[in-house]
Amino acid sequence: MAPPDPAFDLTAFMALMQAGHAGLLGVEYRAHGPDWTELALPYQAALIGDPERGVLASGPILALMDTACSIAVFLKHGLERPHATLDLRIDYVRPAKPGKTVTGRGECYRITRAIAFVRGVAHDGDPADPVANVAGTFMFTDL
Amino acid sequence: MDDLPYAHALGAQPVEGDPTLLMLPFSEGVVGRPGFLHGGAIGGFLEVASIVALRHALAIESDARIKPINLTVDFMRGGRDKPTFARGVVTRLGTRVANVDATAWQDDPARPIAAARMNYLIVRA
Repeated sequence: MAPPDPAFDLTAFMALMQAGHAGLLGVEYRAHGPDWTELALPYQAALIGDPERGVLASGPILALMDTACSIAVFLKHGLERPHATLDLRIDYVRPAKPGKTVTGRGECYRITRAIAFVRGVAHDGDPADPVANVAGTFMFTDL
Repeated sequence: MDDLPYAHALGAQPVEGDPTLLMLPFSEGVVGRPGFLHGGAIGGFLEVASIVALRHALAIESDARIKPINLTVDFMRGGRDKPTFARGVVTRLGTRVANVDATAWQDDPARPIAAARMNYLIVRA
């Protein structure tokens, strides 16, 4: 039998993450609760998708939200149980303002034996005026 | 694609002789959990492939602007530590909206690691 999963350690996880894709994007920790986390994506020229207007590409916002939602799954579960994104749907409500940090909040609202359900919102300063909205599912990969 | 800083940051490269095929080398910058591609990096790569395909389809009207409306990605297999390929296919090019499908694979195009459907708003000058 496999050993039990260790308790989820957010600080250690965020440190480890800086080596990978979240590090490339410059994703930073902001806040968390029992089933949600808030991460930030500071504006940087390397992530522009529309050079004429200086608007961030949509890909980094997708990655920010995928990461925030995944951490929300760990937080709600409590253990570091491995999971992978099964699907993610994102609506790009409006372009993020050039120069502004994008903040992404991911929430895990339901966990079943095999699947975790998530949703999230990204904004660039005012949570009431979002830039993106996401809904998705993660699958536990240890089954 | 040269004018897309994000595509460059990701490491996406064109494949010579095939205008809508892209290649993403495995690097530290696209890793999620150790040894696997980050879902967000795969999704972002699929978005770049979609935009390349759409620009190719719009070639004769290069002043048209492309705005992403939304994206749905399905992840089918874990991306391993090897090159990933992606291709976008414009399924409908309307006057205001374009629908694009994109697929990513590693060894075999018939065994995709992820697939996305994107809707774009086209703003013509």
